This record gives sequence, structure tokens and C-alpha cells, in this order.
Amino acid sequence: MNTNDQQHPASHPASPESGDAPEKRSNGSGWFILLFFIIGFIGSVLSGWLLFPNMLYSEKEQPIDFNHELHMGVVYEGCQSCHYFRSDGSFSGIPDLYSCSGCHQFVQGTDPEEEKFVNEYVLPNKEVPWLVYSKQPDCVFFSHAAHVKGAGMDCKTCHGDIGHSTHSRPYQENRLTGYSRDIWGYNIARLGEAKHGMRMKMNDCADCHEKETGHKGYCFQCHQ
Amino acid sequence: MKIDRRSFISLGVGVIVGSTLTPVPWKLTDDISIWTQNWPWTPVPKDGPDSYKTSVCTLCPGGCGIRVRKIVDRAVKIDGLPEHPVSQGKLCPLGHSGLQFLYGPSRVKAPMKRVGKRGEGKWQKITWEEAISAVTGKLKELRDEQKPHTVAWVAGDDRGTLPQLIYRFLTAYGSPNFIRPPTVQDAYELAAYLMQGQQGTVGFDIENADHVLSFGTGLFQGWSSPARMLSIYGKMHDNKKFVQIEPRLSDTAAKAHQWVPITPGTEGALALGIAHVMIRESLYNEAFVSKWAFGFEDWTDDSGKRHMGFKNLVLKDYAPEIVAEITSVPKPMIEKLARQFARAKKPIAVSGRGQGHLPGSLDECMAVHALNALAGNINQPGGVSVVAEPDYAKWPEVNIDKTASKGLQNARVDGAGSDQYPNARFLLHRLPEVINSTKGDSPVQALLVSDANPLYTLPDTQATKAALDKIPFLVSFSSFMDETASYSDYILPDHVFLESYSDVPTPPGTVQPVIGLSKPVVRPQYDTRPVGNLVIQMAKAMGSFVEKAFAWKDYQAYLKDALKDHWDQLEKKGFAFIKGPQDIPFTDQFNTTTGKFEFYPSARNNANGKDKDILPNFTKVAIEGESGQLPLILVPYDSIRLAGGEIGNPPFMTKTIDETVLLDQTVFVEINPKTARKMGFFEGDRVRLSTPRGQAEVKLHLYEGVEPGVVAMPRGFGHTAYSKYLTDKGVNFNKLIGPIEDPMSGLNAAWGIRANITKA
Ligand code: SF4
Repeated sequence: MNTNDQQHPASHPASPESGDAPEKRSNGSGWFILLFFIIGFIGSVLSGWLLFPNMLYSEKEQPIDFNHELHMGVVYEGCQSCHYFRSDGSFSGIPDLYSCSGCHQFVQGTDPEEEKFVNEYVLPNKEVPWLVYSKQPDCVFFSHAAHVKGAGMDCKTCHGDIGHSTHSRPYQENRLTGYSRDIWGYNIARLGEAKHGMRMKMNDCADCHEKETGHKGYCFQCHQ
Repeated sequence: MKIDRRSFISLGVGVIVGSTLTPVPWKLTDDISIWTQNWPWTPVPKDGPDSYKTSVCTLCPGGCGIRVRKIVDRAVKIDGLPEHPVSQGKLCPLGHSGLQFLYGPSRVKAPMKRVGKRGEGKWQKITWEEAISAVTGKLKELRDEQKPHTVAWVAGDDRGTLPQLIYRFLTAYGSPNFIRPPTVQDAYELAAYLMQGQQGTVGFDIENADHVLSFGTGLFQGWSSPARMLSIYGKMHDNKKFVQIEPRLSDTAAKAHQWVPITPGTEGALALGIAHVMIRESLYNEAFVSKWAFGFEDWTDDSGKRHMGFKNLVLKDYAPEIVAEITSVPKPMIEKLARQFARAKKPIAVSGRGQGHLPGSLDECMAVHALNALAGNINQPGGVSVVAEPDYAKWPEVNIDKTASKGLQNARVDGAGSDQYPNARFLLHRLPEVINSTKGDSPVQALLVSDANPLYTLPDTQATKAALDKIPFLVSFSSFMDETASYSDYILPDHVFLESYSDVPTPPGTVQPVIGLSKPVVRPQYDTRPVGNLVIQMAKAMGSFVEKAFAWKDYQAYLKDALKDHWDQLEKKGFAFIKGPQDIPFTDQFNTTTGKFEFYPSARNNANGKDKDILPNFTKVAIEGESGQLPLILVPYDSIRLAGGEIGNPPFMTKTIDETVLLDQTVFVEINPKTARKMGFFEGDRVRLSTPRGQAEVKLHLYEGVEPGVVAMPRGFGHTAYSKYLTDKGVNFNKLIGPIEDPMSGLNAAWGIRANITKA
């Protein structure tokens, strides 16, 4: 017997039960595992589309609620009245305190926001820390003159019809990058019409350039 | 059924797979990459409104106009000033790196007093009052001992108002020892003075010339006003031909239309060989030579003695076959060079090796200058002119007391102007030798150094250090912890150029005289004071006659006084034109005794009175070392990417240096592959380079562009001071070479030294 066994070691028969049992177990827990997979999958997809965009941004109010429409009514040259080109061609951007206090040296109206502006910024001579919706990283060179003067574009093409807004909308700040949600676009999938003017990622510049000029432009034109 | 480990893994996989169908990974990747650009610990200068200020760069004598961009009160970028007449909006790499001098870590931030041993690097911060009284205390003491002549001041330049102020201080104090570091300008100025009788710099109107024959001058490597030369290079193919004669295929030679290799140190002979061909073939400008030149033909003096003229000397001694022998330039090439030069409409010949900071021989300068005269292209548009010293700095005479007058009667310590070297004005390279060979007390008891770094720039660093060791009182006014500053007893730090006012005289090499005004662009960053103010403050502290020589409140008041006619324009534009050679009638331009251009310079003092020693002649400048043990010749070379002078190379420029010039702190010397093969060396071999003056460990770069038997080494490395960005990179060429006196002028004329390389 012993010798026989030793002669046929491979022919030792396996019991039928011991072969079936693991197969059955794996069928049952296979469904279960799939279920977990589906829960994870669906949970992830849902939270990725619904929760994530809201979690990514924090919301901040502008230091002063600014009424563009009101100001548009009292200036003569539209946007250019405050956002003008300097004599050297550079763009002045957001007016500094000095420009604003030309008119707002003292409180003129009854708007509590104006009062706040005069008391908290003009009188102590402190610049307003405006949150800039279109702020770009330092590595981006952008010339307003080339676009507005050169290509004759309107401010609102990129910045939306901000000139007729009556309130400053909240600034949604990307918690990681610090830039405004406007840059990527409110729609996380970057589909459809952008809200509040153009989206301002590099590809958005390139797309527009390709459409308007037939060429996306060269690296060094913006990354000088 | 049981929730087990596998269920959780499965959940996790589900989450991961699911997330790929959401924006999360893609958006996060994008955001994280932006986040890394804005790490709060990455230093970013504060943002704010920008503005521009115009000024003039003073990092080299080039005097380029600059436009500095500022964000609030911080300078962020230096650009060229397009309206500047010399630089025309261009800048060299050094000028572009200017901000690294302003904000760099090697600045001396306050007056300091040495507390450890010299050079040990132990300093104590002191107040300005303490610093000034320490210096004036010592100076008073020396004056009280009737030894004012033992004080010497080494200043970076002798032109402009600041050197004048220092000179005035020394005069009122009683010391004749105002010394400027040597440059080829010395030889050029002397040649111009001897041959044309005019004191000033030599200007080359290369813009309007059509043929430029350069005897080793690094025209595109930082010579004259480097930015001006770069702009000429940009346009040169239009209408000019550049011929470069040089033992090494330098950047200039590579850019020139023609490169003529030559045995180093024989450039003067080639110039005379070219003169020979021009004279023999009657290719010279006879109209000019016969009417406006003296000493071309043989002549008889008042006492009836016959003298040899330039023509006969050259015809006799410098036939092309003889010159070919000396220079290793083939005879037909010499003839071709001469014919090309003579047939050009506006040819210019220029000499002086490298950037022009290297010493040069007087005879060589005169020989090359004689070519310009043969071409008749002196004081002409597209030619060579002497640009007189600007005369804007004129002040009331200094009244001096008895001590000062006695002090001033002493001979200069460097020997300039003595019977032995009557024509030389400054001989700084002689100073170490003079001090080291004096037994007993050093002839210099106090040395003040401003805008100069002799411990780095003077040949033979060892000897210079030994000489400084013998000087009991050493003061540096450097803005930076350079070699000399770190070896001194007191440092009274100057502002840097972006913080202070100074005038910038016409850059040597240019024709149109222009003064530039360097202005403060930012407020002083540290507790420093401009040297000009310190001179005035020191004079006030000295009292009596010294004080009386200085009526000004401060340096700026003095500067304004000096530039009064030009001040408004300088303030507004940054530069102003002044009278130049083109405003002087041609007939008044030669102030020699004969009123002509003198091939035979009658003002050249010469002990033995031999004609050959007075005419431009080729005297081979000896080279130090025995050819037996030292079979090679080591020569330096300049690069526009390396600051080789008193100023340390800024990190921006160091970044641009090739891996065949500096790698891992080790410098390469260039050697011809044939020579290397013969000696059994290969590319990149680490070797010991030895000369009679010193030794250094270097690597070899095999380069067909150097003559066999020659090794070439870049200038500007081997700093032992400044900051960690510069220290211990490569070797200082000056450590390996010593001065060789030009027997005629006393100027340093060393162009190389014998050397050997052995396995390290
Ligand atoms: S050439 Fe001289 S003056 Fe001009 S930018 Fe360069 S260092 Fe400054």
C-alpha cells in the first residue's frame, strides 16, 4: 500500500464535496462584492458631480458691494472712465483708492455701502482689497491694449455684462488655487455657455484665438 | 454572506472607477498643479503699481542707458534705454544682471571693523561716526608725523567727478598717491598723447568705418561699451569687414569675417609688417602723411643730427618674410592684410587684448596706431580720434599747508612720473613689488581702496597679499564683500549704482563724447554711504586746510556744481552731449611740438636717445619662465558672459557659462588637441597647471581654436570672497601670472606666462 501510494502520488482522488464548496461560496460573495462596487461607483459618480464642485469653492463677499449700473449712469465714457489705458498703453485695471476718492472724499448719498467705503477705506487711506474675478497667475502675460484697441473687442465679451450689474456677486474662490471660479467656469464640465463672461483657462484663450485668427498662438506670446 | 475585506476593496475600486467618470481627478490635477505655483513659502515680491526710472549702468565703463522697472519701491527688471546715444537700448548680460548686485547676498550692510585676523572674516558692526573717526584718526596721525605721502588711494577710475574729488582730498592732505588700476587704456592714452599730443581716450568710429583690423581686441566680448558693440555686430554684415588677428579663435574671431592666428605677443610686429607693405607698395595716404605727419621720412634736428624716420625703420626691419618668421603669419597673408586695409575707404586698426582690461605694450599700441595714420584715417568720421578729457569738472584751486606741500613733493610710491617712467601716470602693478622689496616700514602706511579690488585683479595674488600684509592700515569702500574688502581693517560700504548719483564719462573707445548721469532708482537698501559723501565728511573731520578745500554740503551738491551746464538735461534724459573731436577743426587736433601727427614722437622720453627706441618698434615683451621646464604658454581670455574685473560675476551670468568652461567648480583650460596628444592628455583630464607664479588644478578642454603650445584660461573665476554663489569656482588667472614691465613705459605688458601641465 505504502509503496503503491508512493508510486502513484498524483492519482490520489480528491473528494467531490471539497471541490464544490468553494465554488458555491464564491458565487454568493461575488454578487455581494459587485454590490459594493456599484455602491462605491454610484456614490463616487454622484458626489463627484454634485458635491465636489460645491466643496471645491469657498464663497467670499467683496469688501464693498459695488453698483456698476449706478456708476455707469454718472460717468461719461463708459467702462473707460474708470478702467482706462495709461499713456504708455498699459491698462489701469481696477481703480485705486486715489481714483475713487476723487468723487467719494465724503459720503455723498445714502447708500450704506458708500458710507462703509468712505469710513473704512477713504478716511483711513486704505486700498480696498477687491477680489478680482479674472485674476490670472503671474506667469500669464495679457495685454488689454492688444485686445481692446488692437482687435476692437468689447469689455463684456470676456468680462460679461458686468457694467450693468447692480450688486457685486460673491467671489467663489478655489480652495486649492485661490483663483476665482470664473476662470474654470461655473459648469464643472466646462460645457455650454459660460456664465459671467468668458472662461479664462489657457485653452479658452487658444480656442478663441483659433476661431478669430486661425491660429492658437505661440507659447511665448502669453508666457513671456 | 458576510461583509469582509474584499467587500471594502470592491467598494474602493468602485469609488475609483466611478471617480474617473467625474471631473474630480482631472480638475484636482489641474488645481494641484496651480497650487504648487502659488505655494505660500515660495518668495514672491509684493505686487503693486509699476513705474520706470531711467539711469545709467556703471558696472563697467560702457555707461549704457538703462530703464528700470519698479513695482512699488522694488526694482524688478533692468532694460536698455532706447534713446541712449551709445548703447541704443542694448545691454550686456552684466547690465541685465544688475539687480543681483543690489539685492544679492554679498553686500556689506553697515560699516565694519575687523576683529579677527586679517581675512579671517570676523567683523564688528560700528557706527558711521566711529568708522569715519577711525580713518581720519589714522590719517591725522600720519600727517602729524609729517608722513602724508605714505597714504595711497586706489580708485577704480581717474575720470569723472568722484576721482577728482578723491584727488582733491589727497592733494589737500598732502599725498601724491592717487592710483588707478592698470588697463590697456594706459598704453592707448600714452600712445595718443605721444603721437597726437592730446590727453584723452582713443575713440574708434566703428559705426562709420568699413574695415576693422583688430589686433586681438575682444570687440564682441565686452570691449569698450559692450552694448554698443553688440548693436554694431547686429548690423555689421551690411557694409563692414572685420579681421581678427589673435592666437585663439575667440568669440570675436568666430564672428569676424576673417581670423588670422598669430604667435601670441607678436601683434606689434605684424602691424609693422603691414606698414612695410603699405609703404613699399605706396598704398598709404600720401596726402595725409606728407602734410600732417612728422617723422615719417628721415629728418635732421636743430643740432644737425640725422634721425631715422618711420619709413626707413619699417622698410629695413619689417619685411614680410622677417615678420612671417616672428609672427608665424605667412608672408602672402601679411601682404593681403595690408592691401585689404589700405584699399578700404575707412579702415580702422585697433589693438589691446580682450575687453581692454588687460595690460598692453606701448610700442604695440603705437605700431597699430601708426597704421591708422598711414591710412590717413585720423580724426575723421569713420576713423580714430582722441576724445579729450571732459572739462566739466573745474573747481577753485586748493590751498594747501606746509605739511601737504612737503608731502606732495615726494615721489609717487608706484614710480609713475619718475625719471625712470616719465610718461606713465599710474603704475599700480608696481606697488606690491615696491612694498615687498622695501626693508623696514612699508612706504605705504595707509591704503584706501574704492571701486577697485586689487587683491583679485592685480597680477600675482600672492605678492599682492604679502604687500597688503605690510600695510598697517587698510580701508575698503566696497559695497561688496570682495577680496580686498574682506582683507581690510575697516569697510565703509558705498551705495551701489542703483542707489546713488554719479557721473559717467564717455566710455573709452567711443568717439561722441557724452556724459551720463547715474541716479538713485531705489532708496538705499542698507546702512551705506556714497564714497563721495564720505570724502567730504572725512575732509570736514580732518579740519584746517583739508576741510577748506571742500565747500560742498555733500557729493550731490558737488556733482551738481560740476555739471551745472548740463544738470537739467542730465536729470531729465540721463545723458548729455559735450564737445568732441568733431567740434574741433582738424588743423587744431595735433598738439605735439610739431603740430602734426608724430610717427617719431618727440615727447617720448628716452634715456639712451636711440631712434629705434623712440619710433614705434617691435620689442618682444619678455615672457616669464624657462621654456625647458615649462613648455607651454598660458594666456588669458575674456568672455562677455564673465565679469573678469573688480566686480564679481553675478549668478545670472554664471548660469550661462558652458560646460566646457566651468563644470562642478572646476575651470577648463583650452589646449590644442595636437599638443594634448603629444603630452598624452585627453578631453576632460584633470591636470595640475603650474607657472612660475603659482599652481592650480584645472581640467583640459581640447580645442582646435588655440595655437599649438598655448593654453588659454578664462578671466573672472577663482574668487575667494563675495558670496557662496561665486567663491571657489575655478581659478583666478591673476594667481598664475606676474607683471612684466614694458621697459619703455613701465606699464605692465605681460600677455602670458610659461606653464606646464602634469597629471593631477
Ligand atoms: S556694457 Fe557695461 S555699462 Fe553697459 S550694461 Fe553692460 S555692464 Fe552696464
